[in-house]
Amino acid sequence: MFYGYGGVLLTGVWQTIQLALLSLLVAVVIGLAGASAKLSRSTPLRLVATAYTTLIRGVPDLVLMLLIFYSIQIGLNQVTDALKWDQIDINPFLAGVLTIGFIYGAYFTETFRGAFISVPRGQLEAGHAFGMTGAQVFRRILFPQMMRFALPGLANNWQVILKATALVSIIGLSDLVKAATDAGKGTFNMFYFMIWLGAIYLVLTSLSNLVLNKLNKRYAVGVRGAQL
Amino acid sequence: MTVLETLQTYWQAYLYNDGSQMSGLAMTLWLLVLSLAIGFAMALVLATARVSQYKALSIPVRVYSYVFRGTPLYVQLLLIYSGIYGITFVQKTELLSMFFRNGFNCAVLAFALNTCAYTTEIFVGAIRNIPYGEVEAARAFGMSWFTLYRRIILPSALRRALPMYSNEVILMLHATSIAFAATVPDLLKVARDVNAATYQPFTAFGIAAVLYLVVSFVLVYLFRIAERKWLAFQAPAGR
Amino acid sequence: MLSVQDIHKRYGDHEVLKGVSLEAKAGDVISIIGSSGSGKSTFLRCINFLEQPNAGKIIVGGTEVLTVPDKNGALKVQDAKQLQKIRTKLAMVFQNFNLWSHLTVIENIIEAPMHVLGLSRAEAEERARHYLEKVGLNPQVEAKYPAHMSGGQQQRVAIARALAMHPDVLLFDEPTSALDPELVGEVLKVMQKLAEEGRTMVVVTHEMGFARNISNHVMFLHQGRTEEEGAPDQVFDAPRSDRLRQFLSGSLK
Repeated sequence: MFYGYGGVLLTGVWQTIQLALLSLLVAVVIGLAGASAKLSRSTPLRLVATAYTTLIRGVPDLVLMLLIFYSIQIGLNQVTDALKWDQIDINPFLAGVLTIGFIYGAYFTETFRGAFISVPRGQLEAGHAFGMTGAQVFRRILFPQMMRFALPGLANNWQVILKATALVSIIGLSDLVKAATDAGKGTFNMFYFMIWLGAIYLVLTSLSNLVLNKLNKRYAVGVRGAQL
Repeated sequence: MTVLETLQTYWQAYLYNDGSQMSGLAMTLWLLVLSLAIGFAMALVLATARVSQYKALSIPVRVYSYVFRGTPLYVQLLLIYSGIYGITFVQKTELLSMFFRNGFNCAVLAFALNTCAYTTEIFVGAIRNIPYGEVEAARAFGMSWFTLYRRIILPSALRRALPMYSNEVILMLHATSIAFAATVPDLLKVARDVNAATYQPFTAFGIAAVLYLVVSFVLVYLFRIAERKWLAFQAPAGR
Repeated sequence: MLSVQDIHKRYGDHEVLKGVSLEAKAGDVISIIGSSGSGKSTFLRCINFLEQPNAGKIIVGGTEVLTVPDKNGALKVQDAKQLQKIRTKLAMVFQNFNLWSHLTVIENIIEAPMHVLGLSRAEAEERARHYLEKVGLNPQVEAKYPAHMSGGQQQRVAIARALAMHPDVLLFDEPTSALDPELVGEVLKVMQKLAEEGRTMVVVTHEMGFARNISNHVMFLHQGRTEEEGAPDQVFDAPRSDRLRQFLSGSLK
């Protein structure tokens, strides 16, 4: 069925899933930090976070990928040159993960900020009134509720990340798209493998839809549906 | 080469012409306008079909929008540009071969199909948001199906869709940056060429990033004006 | 003017209307009263086919609405064009106003006269201004959107919108039920004026005093049947059925 390219495609699927999951992890961490910065009392922190989300969301992800990915290596070379060290080669996979994570961290920042604001203030006050410490209020009341509000947005962002990883072959990483185009070129049957490529992505997004809808139903008890 | 020198050498290519053809920002905007116009017009029809009670109309639209929203745009472009042209039948049919050989055509086709899928969903949501009583009133006043859609449902839905649609337009502007994969000399393609010529990725892509950012801001600003005008009916009194 | 004969309406197994009829001559004001669930709103909505009746005949100005039974046993309109034409003669005022929210007051009123009746903009606007004045609204509200007005004002715009069709019959579906108590009066006043002008009106209402004052015929619906009907004096002062007596004592407290 795959003219001997089945293994290559399977490896590609695995690479794409790894890339998307790790990028998601980085983006969520940056998003939480970004949301905290945006909501903090410190003006410089707020300014930096706002500049970050505005700039990132105003520029195409592909442009940012090329900009960041190529510039990291050149920037690093300049640093090592200045310090008279040997050149350090960055692992391209790791750089890809950091780049995508950094870009989508901006979208997660907005998602988390919105979710945080959605938690009714009164419930936090109630926590304090019952003698909870600040940390307890955060851990026991704010965070779990915020995650529930954030879930629809998270689901949406995950789909966007998963689809965005299709771009990494452009910065030279091997992934599902690269595997499929290699197979297409090798067999002179591009159309056939491009249809397969689309079908595999459709399966991946449908599967994650299924899982996320289940999660959403389970955690959204008493929460009205929101759209990002 | 400093930033200034790069700008002096390449500003024309970045903005509108690389010496032989339209390029850079002008090409990006042309791609954007064409695909949005086609996608918008198709979405009007498809959204109407998608909310229809006739399954024969609504189900094909649902499948189309599910497939195009569930796969990456880049993959769609690869399929149309590299995939379809590879089919022997297409190469042998003169009209098809002429169309699919041209990267610009393929890019516009892929972008229009993609934005149409998202726009259809936005319109469907907006149509469902119209209070049912307003539709009933239109019927009670003797409006035909066509008048009902032309005068009440679509005008109301398009206004309600404005905030979501402005988001889609920005995303589409960003999405056009993939056009270089079909060898269209858009803004990002120029930036890549400049990077290849100067080995200064930060400058080459940075200039493109700033231009995209400016266009995004202008679009956001324009949509804000449009919302003030067309969404006045929703704003609370006294504003 | 309007003849509605033996309307039946079922939702699944539940029969909401079990043969209700109504005759309105020109200038009649007919009030339909009854508890919620009596089927009075459904009956009114069957008259202009917002609900499909399962059996019955509707004749407007001597023209019968042509129907065929559909596969669910409801009556389907044979000719959509004919229904549209008949609907223009039966203008409706809704409980929740149902003004088109994306249109301003004047746009709401000229919409159907222009795009259904085919009037020119100038003619339609002239009509609109005439009826806005008639329902007692200041010309300055013309450019407002419905969402920026009080419920009473919105309902008066809705009445002007109905009048601008120059209909044969005005149908009112609980026109004051969605209003704050202090706004009910202004709408009732407008309706009273219309009744005095000799307009033909069918009004579903909870306002007993109002029904008594303006109508020349009152129908009391109970569980999908006309339990009792007649002149208002007779219905309100000398009710014959127990149901009507119970209903009146409950609502006249």
